[in-house]
Amino acid sequence: MADIVNTLFNGLSLGSIYLLVALGLSITFGLMGVINMAHGEFIMIGAYMTYLMQQIFVAVFGKSGSLYYIIAIPFAFLVTFFIGCVMEKVLIARLYGRKMDSLLATWGISLILQQAARSIFGSQGVNVNAPDFLKGGIKIGPCTFAYNRIFIITMVSMCLLVVWILMNKSSFGAQMRATMQNRPMAQCMGINSKRVDCITFALGSGLAGVAGCSIALLGSVDSTVGQNYIVYSFMTVVLGGVGNLIGTVIGAMIIGFSSIFVESYQSASIARAIVLLIIIVFLQFKPKGLFAIRSRILDEE
Amino acid sequence: MRKEIMRKTTAVILAVTMIFSLAGCGSKSSKDKTVEVGLLHSMTGAMAISEQAVLDAEKLAIKEINEDGGVLGCQVEYQEEDGASDPATFATKAEKLVDQDGISTVFGCWTSSSRKAVKSIFEDYDALLFYPVQYEGMESSSNIVYTGAAPNQQIVPAIEYLIEQGYTKFFLLGSDYVFPRTANMIITAQVEAAGLEVVGEEYADMDQTDFSAIISKIEEAKPDIIINTLNGTGNVSFFKQMSEKNYTCDDYMTMSFSIAEEEVATIGADLLKGHMVSWNYYQTTDTEKNKDFVAAYKAEYGEDRVTSDPAEAAYDAVYLWKAACEEAGSFEVDDVLAAIDKGGISFDAPEGTVTIDGDNQHLVKPVRIGQVADDGLIYEIFSTDPVDPDPYLESYDWAVKAGIKPLE
Repeated sequence: MADIVNTLFNGLSLGSIYLLVALGLSITFGLMGVINMAHGEFIMIGAYMTYLMQQIFVAVFGKSGSLYYIIAIPFAFLVTFFIGCVMEKVLIARLYGRKMDSLLATWGISLILQQAARSIFGSQGVNVNAPDFLKGGIKIGPCTFAYNRIFIITMVSMCLLVVWILMNKSSFGAQMRATMQNRPMAQCMGINSKRVDCITFALGSGLAGVAGCSIALLGSVDSTVGQNYIVYSFMTVVLGGVGNLIGTVIGAMIIGFSSIFVESYQSASIARAIVLLIIIVFLQFKPKGLFAIRSRILDEE
Repeated sequence: MRKEIMRKTTAVILAVTMIFSLAGCGSKSSKDKTVEVGLLHSMTGAMAISEQAVLDAEKLAIKEINEDGGVLGCQVEYQEEDGASDPATFATKAEKLVDQDGISTVFGCWTSSSRKAVKSIFEDYDALLFYPVQYEGMESSSNIVYTGAAPNQQIVPAIEYLIEQGYTKFFLLGSDYVFPRTANMIITAQVEAAGLEVVGEEYADMDQTDFSAIISKIEEAKPDIIINTLNGTGNVSFFKQMSEKNYTCDDYMTMSFSIAEEEVATIGADLLKGHMVSWNYYQTTDTEKNKDFVAAYKAEYGEDRVTSDPAEAAYDAVYLWKAACEEAGSFEVDDVLAAIDKGGISFDAPEGTVTIDGDNQHLVKPVRIGQVADDGLIYEIFSTDPVDPDPYLESYDWAVKAGIKPLE
């Protein structure tokens, strides 16, 4: 019984991590169709911002405590939101509809950001200490639930809720969906589509920054930390069906749970291969992912 | 006609430079005679984190030697090449150093895969490589001097120590590449020969970040000691996620073979406190020579830097090369190798006196088991007299019986 609870919790927790890292991508790639290879680097920037905030607190108050982490989350969001905004204006805006070009360009950006991180923070990995309230775990019977994992699950639920409200209940969300679904029509209705593009892309980047805050607690932070997650992010979005929030949630959970289940009986390397195999086979039958959006746009490939 | 002249001039220039480069030290005026060596490490990529310290230690040794009058009256100059954490790049750069630049002695490499990639180049061009990192053994090239520990100078004594301490259930955890797999093959043979039990063996991907499934398996197997050969960032994730579950060294003791002072600084002393490691040298090693080495290293690279076993082994490598050249009275690889093979080339190193074994070109060195303390340093809890290197473990009955072979 304890084993089952443990495995379920681990699966849920890994699924949440994948969901958190993929949430931003489900907006930039899923909704906007930009193959953003620099997504992982936004995660890295978020993680480094957490580290930066911790160092500031250590310098000012002598210890990092708990508060730094609470402040680091909006801080990381704002920094990556801003960088995403600039990147959209300078680069992405010129490459809409040119998928291959934007893939290569964002890959270049990703290399530049990695090198920049190495120049600023050094090649040695840095360590973000868990804030006091996330140290250790709660013990219920024979199982221990790490506070950190519970926090990530809570955080991803909150992000999901905010994104859902923003997309479906706010007027900006309506503008956003309108622009992404039928650009000329939205423009005719008086929507400033350039502004919508910019904010949407920045929002996706900001979510990656928030994911970075959580990733920072799981391991060391170095310039390549985003690379560990980029493949899983794309897999999650593709599996779930491009452009669909619910699809991304279910995609992340499938990947998370199946990784943990296979790894419980097999080695980590084999688990990876099997998860990949599951996805490939799945996409054979549903090439557009779990939840394909049916649209009436004529210019879809 | 013009082309002809050009070609002739080029040929003459080439010939002249070749003669000069062959002559090496002593070609210029006696005041500034020089000899050039190569330093081949990853300055970029995943391994740059670790190899920087080794590179720094080699440069420090060269600087000290030069201030002290050089080798055979020649000032040592070095040429750095970046292996970029990629075995293929290591091979290209090694060939460039020994062939194109005419440098015969190179200090370099960290990972076993990079060493294996350059091995044949050093053998083909009859050049000399000093390799400064502990490794899995099962190799003995006549063109490589191994200044880190062979398995019987790190792994085997550590397991012997654990068995003596009464640990009975071993869990083997490592990254998925050649060193952990070979190390675990050796450990399994040794543990089973002692009549004890290996209760689990798990490998994590090099870039794995989630260890929850592996930790569940550890909980299920209930070992009393975890033998950890994870490397790089895997260690940080693993120890962080163990502490998420409130586990300390009282619940699960670990013995690590890839965590030195540098890694402790990254992972954090609070997570590693009380855990054991096995090396030949620690920053806290109590010798006169080490006090000077630590002071010099910190003076050169900053107070916050720490010295570690690989850095110390790299430092020794440069001095051992100096001793071998002086014994041979020459910089020629064949002469130097002949001097080494006679045996007895030694250096009074920070870890104690180390001697190159003439037969297998590994070092005779002491083994130390250490424990991580609050201050992020590692303190010795057990040590041995200098141990003779035995890269193929031929002097251990259990290893011979188990038929341990190199994994290629």
